[in-house]
Amino acid sequence: MTDKPFILQSSPHFRDKDSVPKIMFAVIASLVPAVCASLYFFRFRALLLLLTCVVACLATEAIFLWLRKKPLHPLLDGSAIITGLLLALTLPPSLSLEMAVIGSVIAIAIGKQVFGGLGYNIFNPALVGRAFLQTAFPVAMTTWIPPVAEKINTATYATPLGDLKFQDAVAQGILAPLKALFLGNTGGSLGETSALALIIGGLFLLFRRVIDWRIPLGIILSLTVFTGIFWISNPGKYASPLFHILAGGLLLGAFFMATDMVTSPITPRGTWIYATGIGIVVGLVRLFGGFPEGVMYSILFMNTFVPLLNRYTRPRILGERRKE
Amino acid sequence: MKAKTFAHGIHPPELKNLTENKAIQPMPPPDKVMIPLLQHFGKPAASLVQKGDEVLMGQKIGEGQGLFSASVHSSVSGKVLSVDPFNHPGGTPVPAVTIANNGEDNAVPDKKKMKDPFSFSPDEIREKVKEAGVVGLGGAAFPTVVKLSPPKDKPIDTVIINGCECEPLLTSDYRLMLEFPEDILKGAELARIATGAERIIVGIEDNKKKAFALFQEKIQDYTGDVVLLKTKYPEGAEKNLIQATLHREVPRGGLPFDVGIVVQNVGTAKAIWDAVSNGKPLIERAITVSGRSIAEPQNLLVRIGTPFQSVIEFCGGLKDGNILVMGGPMMGIAQWSPDVPVIKGTSGILAWDSPEPGIEQPCIRCGRCIEHCPMVLVPTQLAKYIKFDKLEEAEHWGILDCVECGSCQYICPSKIPLVHWMRLGKNRVMSVKQKKSA
Repeated sequence: MTDKPFILQSSPHFRDKDSVPKIMFAVIASLVPAVCASLYFFRFRALLLLLTCVVACLATEAIFLWLRKKPLHPLLDGSAIITGLLLALTLPPSLSLEMAVIGSVIAIAIGKQVFGGLGYNIFNPALVGRAFLQTAFPVAMTTWIPPVAEKINTATYATPLGDLKFQDAVAQGILAPLKALFLGNTGGSLGETSALALIIGGLFLLFRRVIDWRIPLGIILSLTVFTGIFWISNPGKYASPLFHILAGGLLLGAFFMATDMVTSPITPRGTWIYATGIGIVVGLVRLFGGFPEGVMYSILFMNTFVPLLNRYTRPRILGERRKE
Repeated sequence: MKAKTFAHGIHPPELKNLTENKAIQPMPPPDKVMIPLLQHFGKPAASLVQKGDEVLMGQKIGEGQGLFSASVHSSVSGKVLSVDPFNHPGGTPVPAVTIANNGEDNAVPDKKKMKDPFSFSPDEIREKVKEAGVVGLGGAAFPTVVKLSPPKDKPIDTVIINGCECEPLLTSDYRLMLEFPEDILKGAELARIATGAERIIVGIEDNKKKAFALFQEKIQDYTGDVVLLKTKYPEGAEKNLIQATLHREVPRGGLPFDVGIVVQNVGTAKAIWDAVSNGKPLIERAITVSGRSIAEPQNLLVRIGTPFQSVIEFCGGLKDGNILVMGGPMMGIAQWSPDVPVIKGTSGILAWDSPEPGIEQPCIRCGRCIEHCPMVLVPTQLAKYIKFDKLEEAEHWGILDCVECGSCQYICPSKIPLVHWMRLGKNRVMSVKQKKSA
């Protein structure tokens, strides 16, 4: 017989091995293809921005935890690294490093820590940082450089969505080919250009059951329907749904940003509404808004509805009468 | 044949290989038994004996008080040493009758020759089950006679025999199914007669294929069927078992009676047969003694009132082990000491080395608790409502529907003690309700 007392705890006495850090590091692993693609297409600029954002996010998290007199172990949970990576992947490759630092500080400080840290924030922290940069440095945030792989020597360069919005690209016949969008050989933010890399990472997350499959599916379906209606009615003016799915930050947003557990609904019905809303708002902004791209704002916009959605979409309890 | 199942649930490690091939061994009764007067859901029984009385094996020593109660019987013959509160595996001390075993097992003599058990009327069956102090042996220990007494306005069509044993490690129900299939089915038939049901359905998980094949063969003599169920936790939870086998949903706050069903565990079915066929009271039960810290894991037939300590010593003692549990690892009760008696609801005695509980992290709203809750609740939201004392919201979100199966807490990556909050919440909501109605 042992001398030490037995543990007294309330049941269950078995626990699954998955933990918050394991989930976070799975997300980090899923970003590896997108990070590699960004390094391939934007080389040294990409490396600098990625490192800057991750280090700045970790440092901000550490400072805030220290100021709030909290234990420092959340630094190791991987969530600040994800915020840094995601923020960097949404930035234009030519952005200055000071601006990247400012974005990172805002992301962690205003996007996460003021709400109480991991689990309590309303908005996706990386997108809060990006939204701030977009407002504070509108020119720098919309100046694009061509990917290294493309041998074009122009001072300015536009994203495929920019061409679509401002150059009437469909009618002019200068719309970026789908193949380039799929592989990533276009202008755009660091991590958004290669649909292939994002899909690989996204499938990994789905397979690992880290993200809710309803979110990417709901976003893609609603965007397809929304843009499809216009495309069918006037293919000479509007781009196809497939273009809209592959272009810009849609896949990055659908697989990695909108799926942020903390800022997406917890109920299945709420999740469907949330995802559908994102897809429609993206379509609205891209087709009728002032900006060429709307993924960031649509996710932030739908984030605001999450508490409400959770509240009004309680699942039907087993044995509860169905509403007639 | 495709295994049926319910929505949601989890797949904890099964670990049944430690004991599944070991036949049930009768354990010799100990020198002393402590028999609590409360071993069931409901009111404690009233003691019928005093210090110094001589009792026979099977003699009634506690009389059930009212409907939600059960009588208790001496599991040995000998002298009553005391009738005092004693440690109880439920956590709080309960009045218990301590009996010194004289080692002779002098049984209460049979009153008269029994007639054919199947010729009994429903009332006679109920009376015998009540007299024998039979309670549900799956763990909750609900008085069986209540389950055999459906209200007049709720016709029963099916008796489901629960052979799921979905808790990890436990194998005593499986062994009962392999070793006493006739007794179990005869008990089920008696339950069918008592409730006026038309048929028997035996639900068995597909990790017990041998038992499934055996019952498929034996069921031929009865009106009924054997249903293969997926190995998933909590397949044997009453409402989920009904959902899986018959696609019926027990209404919120209702009972299986409401959908024409009575569920009995395999061990209970056997106890019903023993009680009705030869008047044998419930004085012993099959338990699994297992876990990595038990030297020789076994399935045992143990007298009620046997101290855990004696059972563990009979199984070769403890090697290390920092946790001792009565019941299964998912719903069992952690014990602070092995100085507690085996009661009617003891399905297992388990000991192992539990890893340090990880640091509780904030909820990251991953939604896994919702995805796995067999009652389709939102555990994380319920836990928050209880933390902030929002009892009305908690009730609306179904806190009282929680069956405390532990699936949410098992799966939670943030290691939040969700079941603890559920239990606390259920208590609070119930006490507010009672105040209102008073």
